[in-house]
Amino acid sequence: MMPEHPDLAKVDVSGVRRVINVGLLSDSPPQPGEWVLIHVGFALSKIDEEEAAAALQFLEGIGQAYADELAALAESRIE
Amino acid sequence: MRFVDEFRDAEKAHALAAKIAALCEPGRQYKFMEVCGGHTHTIYKHGLEDYLPETITLVHGPGCPVCVIPMGRVDDAMHLAAQPDVIMTSFGDMMRVPGSEGSFFDAKARGTDIRMVYSPLDSLKIARANPDKRVVFMAIGFETTAPSTAMTLLRAAAEGLRNFSVFCNHVTIIPAIKAILDSPDLRLDGFIGPGHVSTVIGCRPYEFIARDYDRPVVVAGFEPLDILQSIYMLMLQLAEGRSQVENQYSRVVPWNGNLVALKAISQTMELRPYFEWRGLGFISHSALRVRDSYAAFDGERLFEVPGVRVADPKACQCGEVLKGVLKPWECKVFGTACTPETPIGTCMVSPEGACAAYYNYGRMHRQRVAEAAGTGGVTHP
Ligand code: SF4
Repeated sequence: MMPEHPDLAKVDVSGVRRVINVGLLSDSPPQPGEWVLIHVGFALSKIDEEEAAAALQFLEGIGQAYADELAALAESRIE
Repeated sequence: MRFVDEFRDAEKAHALAAKIAALCEPGRQYKFMEVCGGHTHTIYKHGLEDYLPETITLVHGPGCPVCVIPMGRVDDAMHLAAQPDVIMTSFGDMMRVPGSEGSFFDAKARGTDIRMVYSPLDSLKIARANPDKRVVFMAIGFETTAPSTAMTLLRAAAEGLRNFSVFCNHVTIIPAIKAILDSPDLRLDGFIGPGHVSTVIGCRPYEFIARDYDRPVVVAGFEPLDILQSIYMLMLQLAEGRSQVENQYSRVVPWNGNLVALKAISQTMELRPYFEWRGLGFISHSALRVRDSYAAFDGERLFEVPGVRVADPKACQCGEVLKGVLKPWECKVFGTACTPETPIGTCMVSPEGACAAYYNYGRMHRQRVAEAAGTGGVTHP
């Protein structure tokens, strides 16, 4: 964060440092270490880690079910 | 990269595809519209249609900001840019959009001062550095981009900048979706809702689609697995006889959107009575203009704008593509007269345009399959 410009923040975009405007998040300003979605120089939204984890868990779940299915299929000998 | 790679895993994509296929009712055809051009891009880049059963068709919607700008507006912008002492600023993908006298790039080559900017805030910098010039920002985009323009207007007013204005072409997605739902050309089974627009407007504005039109909506993220999961969620709703608004992209989209952003928009802009969209025609209350209280920053009031309606070139079928009635490759000039290097229509310009996405990623698998089967590609007279 940049105390002298409360609307601005330094972010790391795929390894490149950039200054963006976080004025649209003034309801709940992002803290260092949080992830944000950036569009044309403005942070539009914070990425909700819990929701991301839940989404991944769903995907892991079906990935696992599919892997199990494949494994079961590989073992089956239908003749 | 975090929050990206995890959503691109091929094995999980196959698992989702299998679940989707299992939900298909025999003999039923499904048509889903992905409203947002960002989704269209992901779908072709990753060949997602190849993961889906043949009975599911994805129809590309109008959510590509530069695609829906009508030619007359491009000409208006060009006229504005040509006024004495004007510096026009524009996003990169707007630079190649053809007007009737060529694109911004062509005008720039002829000596008009048009500069590409990454953010509307860059236009303020240019205005400060050039006090004897008048800087006009060509504002385009849906609700995703409107807040940035709004914040820039607020900033310009706070600074008392006298030489900055906005040529406002912001459009709103809901009236366009409604126009598509009301059009008799297309029967859709559900919508993949625009993820980035929804970070601003939230999920509530789509409720009328579920309630009044009985169609499910799933707001989706932009990685391949996000889109496949959203299609799965749509199929599940249909299988269970539900029509609801669901949020697959909850890691980014809050259900109520971004209230600060909405407030900034309503402080500086208001709905126009109507606006012309390329291909969709005039749609009421579908675009924003600068409010009276910010008139000093409104390019449309500071300069004379011809406002002439210009018909699309005859060969151009962008309108049908934007409505989802035609597939890009069904347009007669696709890939021949119209390519990303020499675009005739807007859908070939932006990476989010359906024609450019098809062209760049060469995903014409289904077309080839259809032709090999002798059913032909062109389904519309
Ligand atoms: S091929 Fe070109 S003219 Fe045809 S619909 Fe696509 S962008 Fe428009």
